[in-house]
Amino acid sequence: MPMKIAKATFATLTILFLVAPLIAILPLAFTSSVILTYPIPSWSLRWFEELFFADAWRRAIVNSLIIGTGTTLLATVLGTAASLGLRNRLIFFRGTIRTLFLLPMVVPAVVLGVGMQVLLAGFGLTNSYLGVIIAHTVVAVPFVIVSVTGALAGIDERVELAAQSLGAAPITVFRRVTLPLAMPGVLSGAVLAFATSLDEVVLTLFVAGPNQRTLARQMFSSIRENISPAIAAAAFLFIAATIAIGLVVVLSRSMLAKRR
Amino acid sequence: MSATSSRTGRSLLLLAPLLLFLVGFFVWPLFSMMSQAVSDPAVLKLLPRSAEVLTGWDRKSPPSMAMQAAMMEDLKAVDDDQALGDMVRRLNSARSGFRTLMGKTTSALADTANPPADLISIDKRWEKPEFWLAIADALSPYTDRNLLAAVDLGRNAAGAIEHLPPDQSVNRVILVRTFWIAALVTFFCAAIGFPYAIIAASLDGWKRDLMLAAVLLPLWTSLLVRTAAWFILLQEKGLINDLLLTLGIVNSPLALIFNRTGVIIAMTHVLLPFMVLPIYSVLITIPKNLMPAAASLGAPPLRAFVRVLLPLSLRGVASGGLLVFISAIGYYITPALIGGPGDQMISSIIAFYATGSANWGMAGALGMVLLVATLLLYSVYARLSSEEPGRR
Repeated sequence: MPMKIAKATFATLTILFLVAPLIAILPLAFTSSVILTYPIPSWSLRWFEELFFADAWRRAIVNSLIIGTGTTLLATVLGTAASLGLRNRLIFFRGTIRTLFLLPMVVPAVVLGVGMQVLLAGFGLTNSYLGVIIAHTVVAVPFVIVSVTGALAGIDERVELAAQSLGAAPITVFRRVTLPLAMPGVLSGAVLAFATSLDEVVLTLFVAGPNQRTLARQMFSSIRENISPAIAAAAFLFIAATIAIGLVVVLSRSMLAKRR
Repeated sequence: MSATSSRTGRSLLLLAPLLLFLVGFFVWPLFSMMSQAVSDPAVLKLLPRSAEVLTGWDRKSPPSMAMQAAMMEDLKAVDDDQALGDMVRRLNSARSGFRTLMGKTTSALADTANPPADLISIDKRWEKPEFWLAIADALSPYTDRNLLAAVDLGRNAAGAIEHLPPDQSVNRVILVRTFWIAALVTFFCAAIGFPYAIIAASLDGWKRDLMLAAVLLPLWTSLLVRTAAWFILLQEKGLINDLLLTLGIVNSPLALIFNRTGVIIAMTHVLLPFMVLPIYSVLITIPKNLMPAAASLGAPPLRAFVRVLLPLSLRGVASGGLLVFISAIGYYITPALIGGPGDQMISSIIAFYATGSANWGMAGALGMVLLVATLLLYSVYARLSSEEPGRR
């Protein structure tokens, strides 16, 4: 019995440690004070107003959306195509290629950032949206690969063979059979790619100019320089978006699981 | 046969775009970073004629007329002030005195009304072989000085490798600190994550779901948001200090932020999911009746744990630990925001060299150290997790 209580206490405390910080920051988004501390004097939406109407924050949000959309499109197209290519077991160095595709997840962001800055400067792409989108795509692609190869692995190849044997051309098989079946994986890959771009700070620090300041970058520098409850308001939006994204991913996974 | 080859061709066509993209924007940047670390073109670029003449020099005797003439030719031909500045900085770091010497020399050479006969007539220092030696050593397009300096080594005048003086030896302190912080974070993650995973795996129903959701929610939340949350909690008037003061545990606020404690707490929170999930995924593959079996054979709980559960779950702990350690050594944001100056890890130093002082050579060299450490650890991790039974 004491063992059981100890276990329950430990589990509860750890859950508290994991989740409490995220919950504690939420009410501060609605403070009317200029400092980020409890107790909250009175409730107000002024920091959300600041977020949406102050020039620096509004531009950062717009930039994040532009760069996130670009990254999502590029990473999803490249990653889905490559995942389809990886299905073929006859490809030489299949394992090596797969590892290369996943490696951007492992390499420290600062290391990649230094290299990327040197390279993009050579192309004249620093301080451009394209440069930031390229940098974000490199780190977002692994999530698409993991997600789409997972979905493709769940497809029964006999279904495709059946379509083929009934006279469907390869492109028709792909469009009418493979792609619809892989769609949940593609979608959750796209969502993860967008989330990666939204949260990326380090590469952005290296390759983006003042005109490409993203929301995450803006949060980073405002925590560093002049911390204000606008951070909490931005965090509130992030956490709300995370829960929404989490639901999308869970739903698409359960769609995938149901079909199996 | 032709069907297979056309299928292979199609697969290659699908793979090619991403392959080319990553070779261009992932592999190449890493290589260009590493080449920054070893390339040293600043001097050779401006002194091609001197380089030719200096190959015939015995490195001991005073400079010949040919050497001086070639040097004067080279210096007169320089029309790029920035490149000249780079070269002077490079030479000055090898031997102090070059800044004034070069300034004096170039302005004397620019005076076309009364051209100097030789370099020695401009400044007596050109007589000394030491200065010429520094130039000769800086002429190679490749250098190991950045890589050596990354671990606080350097070459002395004779070319032997030796430790740098203590006032220049900061990198090794930072490397040790990086690994030490990463080790501490890994330890705390294991100390919390292992029992947590065991408890979660032993439960079922909503309790297990709750425990897993508590791990997944922070994992999915923006890193920046989690760091901001800890910033708010740990500050002097933050919730944690409020709580401790109200409970009467402490009399004055604890210093929890801008120091090591804060960094360890925040990083443990951020990386804990990476420890819990691999251990959990190993634990759920262990048959549930093993522990009761050990108990029924007379093993007390502790003995059953040490002899049965621990060895079986060790693989999960090892891969979780490696994952946490690999992520921790490359951390930048959390130490930058929560830590003080004494808690900055190798990533911060790389960022400082790259963006703060534009010293690409040192940024590249330290980046190479971090990259190699990461890739070595990752290859161990990949081997460990590919041997995992029942894994796709």
